[in-house]
Amino acid sequence: MTTTRIEVAPVRVAGGTWSDDLRAVRIVWRRELVRFFRSRARAITSLVQPVLFLFVLGTGLSPLIASGGHIDFRTFMFPGVIAMAVLFTSIFSAVSIVWDREFGFLREMLVAPVRRSAVVLGKCLGGATVATVQGAIVLTLAGLVHIPYSIRLLGLVGEMAVAAFALTSLGALIASRMDQVESFQVVMQLLVMPLFFLSGAVFPLRHVPTWLGVLSRIDPLTYAVDAMRRTAFSGLHLPAPLAFLRGGITWGSHVVPLGLEVLLVAALGAVMLAFAVARFARTE
Amino acid sequence: MIVPNGAPAVSARDLHRRFGEFEAVRGVTFDVAPGEVFGFLGPNGAGKSTTISMLCTLLRITDGRASVAGFDVSKEPREVRRRIGLVFQDTTLDDYLTAEENLRFHAELYGVPRETMGEGIRRVMQLVGLTDRASSLVRTFSGGMKRRLEIARGLLHSPRVLFLDEPTVGLDPQTRDHIWNYINELRRREDITIFMTTHYMDEAEYCDRIAIIDDGRIVVQGTPDELKASVGKDRIEIRTEDDDAAVEAMKRMFGVEATRADGVVRAAVEHGEEFVPQLFARLGIPIKAVSIARPTLDDVFLNYTGRTIRDAEATGAQLMRSNVWMRARMR
Repeated sequence: MTTTRIEVAPVRVAGGTWSDDLRAVRIVWRRELVRFFRSRARAITSLVQPVLFLFVLGTGLSPLIASGGHIDFRTFMFPGVIAMAVLFTSIFSAVSIVWDREFGFLREMLVAPVRRSAVVLGKCLGGATVATVQGAIVLTLAGLVHIPYSIRLLGLVGEMAVAAFALTSLGALIASRMDQVESFQVVMQLLVMPLFFLSGAVFPLRHVPTWLGVLSRIDPLTYAVDAMRRTAFSGLHLPAPLAFLRGGITWGSHVVPLGLEVLLVAALGAVMLAFAVARFARTE
Repeated sequence: MIVPNGAPAVSARDLHRRFGEFEAVRGVTFDVAPGEVFGFLGPNGAGKSTTISMLCTLLRITDGRASVAGFDVSKEPREVRRRIGLVFQDTTLDDYLTAEENLRFHAELYGVPRETMGEGIRRVMQLVGLTDRASSLVRTFSGGMKRRLEIARGLLHSPRVLFLDEPTVGLDPQTRDHIWNYINELRRREDITIFMTTHYMDEAEYCDRIAIIDDGRIVVQGTPDELKASVGKDRIEIRTEDDDAAVEAMKRMFGVEATRADGVVRAAVEHGEEFVPQLFARLGIPIKAVSIARPTLDDVFLNYTGRTIRDAEATGAQLMRSNVWMRARMR
């Protein structure tokens, strides 16, 4: 017989209270951050795309866009590029749920004695935080495209956070129905790219044909991009003919207020989150 | 007590699970008493993991009923989850976190009180001998180390009913001993019930009772001794001063038909360990050596399923199992 004394922990009933659920939200959120900050490669490579769009595509297209020298095309694109960084990071973070499933870690979370909604919420908040950080990193380039650094940009960070949360929730809902990592490409092509190109991130929506205008108004990302553009450009001086570049989506002749745009995006996020929670709460 | 009146810690009644056309579990019924170690013994693909997943609320029960720690698995899954721990068959660790971070994540998620968390993590790490690798990323671990970490994690939140799906696959004997010592100590001090699956015969020996499962059905259940006794008698061999007289005396005194060959007297008896002392006391012929060979669980499996567990494994069951899990993971 071994003489070393074996210590054992007393048996207990786990969880059950709201504070247990909050703890779960927190730790799932923290895991996303730890993983993000640990892989610096991911943080850096995800900056490549926005930089290419802004300084290569933007620079290349600049001569074609006549603005009489009043606004740099790259300035116009800047909020759209931030939205792009937020969009891709959010969806990518959410789709990591599929990786978690593939590597079994999802089961570790699903068998935990907490509400499934706590796990999903933690995951979405984590993805949203990571996406907001990414967007904020792109935001530091503002000076290079003639957008003055001011307190206004903090409002933009808030809008990024709302958009990131909505998009991560959308991603979580998609991930709940996705059974293999390979499907990610399909999601990118069928959902993320259309969302991005219809959102007015890279061109103004004022003078587009009706069909494109309608599709853009259905795209929720349009409102997020527009809100960011309005906030970013509110300090810029533009002559009247170019004032439309400041943004402002219209429904008929009515301009959608900035607050309503943000609210729309937030509401969409809440609905997506609710659906995602319902999906994960179901036992197969 | 887990449940008053000795109600079962785990109970299944005519449990079924279908994946589309394929029926992985076809009517499984059993009870596990509080404090018991109950084992599902069967080849891969027999329905063991599917049963565990249903009991742990990870898979819906197609038909039948089950309760764990007194709560209905289908109706009160959260109450069940508050009382169970699960060590999965395949790894469910986060490769990009360190060993300690994985345990911390588990402790937070499973509501281990903050004041005992550090101590608990230290204890289970020590148990599985990973203390000096606590801050290494799990992706740098070998398969055996991951397994140990996984077991440590399952024990960390001190569940009342512990489900171990093929717990010690790929572990060295020393670690296996450590873990079983801990589990036995845990059982001695706490009311913990263990439900495990295995396809290792020697591991099934740790169980108080086992159920042999094959092709989604329980073929037979009982204590390892009962099961062995049910398939045949113990074989005893003795060497004596006078083999002919011994054969004759055994027939006369005990009604046992013995044979002699190569200077050894052989006989088949029930309860060999009780028979041998009587033999010594009453035979009247000096006995030089004695050995008892009992039927093994291999014999039991062969007897009830018509094949050895190794044969059962080889018949494409592996393929079927991975198929089942893929379906189970869908969505």
